[in-house]
Amino acid sequence: MLSQVPISWFLMLSAALFATGVAGFLFRRNIITVFMSIELMLNAVNLSFIAFSYQHKQVDGHLFAFFVMVVAATEAAVGLAIILTVFKNRQTLNIDDVDSMKN
Amino acid sequence: MDVILFLIFAAIALVCAINVVLQSHPISSAVSLIGVMGSLAIIYLLLGAEFIAAAQVIVYAGAVMVLFIFVIMLLNAGKETTTGRSFMSQLLGVPVLIALLGLLAFLARHMYAPDAMVHFGGFQGGSARAIGAALFTKYLLPFEVTSILILIGIIGAVVLARKELD
Repeated sequence: MLSQVPISWFLMLSAALFATGVAGFLFRRNIITVFMSIELMLNAVNLSFIAFSYQHKQVDGHLFAFFVMVVAATEAAVGLAIILTVFKNRQTLNIDDVDSMKN
Repeated sequence: MDVILFLIFAAIALVCAINVVLQSHPISSAVSLIGVMGSLAIIYLLLGAEFIAAAQVIVYAGAVMVLFIFVIMLLNAGKETTTGRSFMSQLLGVPVLIALLGLLAFLARHMYAPDAMVHFGGFQGGSARAIGAALFTKYLLPFEVTSILILIGIIGAVVLARKELD
């Protein structure tokens, strides 16, 4: 059966991509890379939505993926503006240095 | 054939995703992320999602990543410096992360019927026509709310990034 892929493989790929995104979010110190890890997690979730949509033979999962994309694009625009502002005020991209709300 | 294509592009996506996390320079991470998004677009095509595949390439690999690379270039972001403060999180994080991955893979393997198989062309409902029909009937209100969200995003980005006049 080389012409058919089990649907669970797609979900496992999605899980692996999501876990990688979580790892990047937790381990990296550069604010831009942390942001890219969030995009990676959103992409992994999108893959799950598309796979579920195939499973149920309905188009609704595609719509959810579409909305996730729209929200991700908006989030990227606002988030990068925030990064620009942080850099303008503090001259750093390291999230360990942006800790004035700690304590 | 489908299995081979899936394995090739899943491997590319996974290697690029790991590369995103491992590279110390943000530009290398961004280029790897474009690789992830491109190979995911191919996998979407395999699942019959033509419109989403096209949108993935245009919106994600095109617009969003150009924005990222633009900001990296603008801020002249160099190699990341470690402060050593995050050592404990790495020590604790790796086992927890492997547990998370194992749990997710276990759920994916066992929650789904083993006879659910994917082959190219098995689902024809992902065309632009079907998505447009659903978007403007069943999901009309979320679609309109999304446009307001984008408007708020534009205003927020402009307000945050503008120069102080005084």
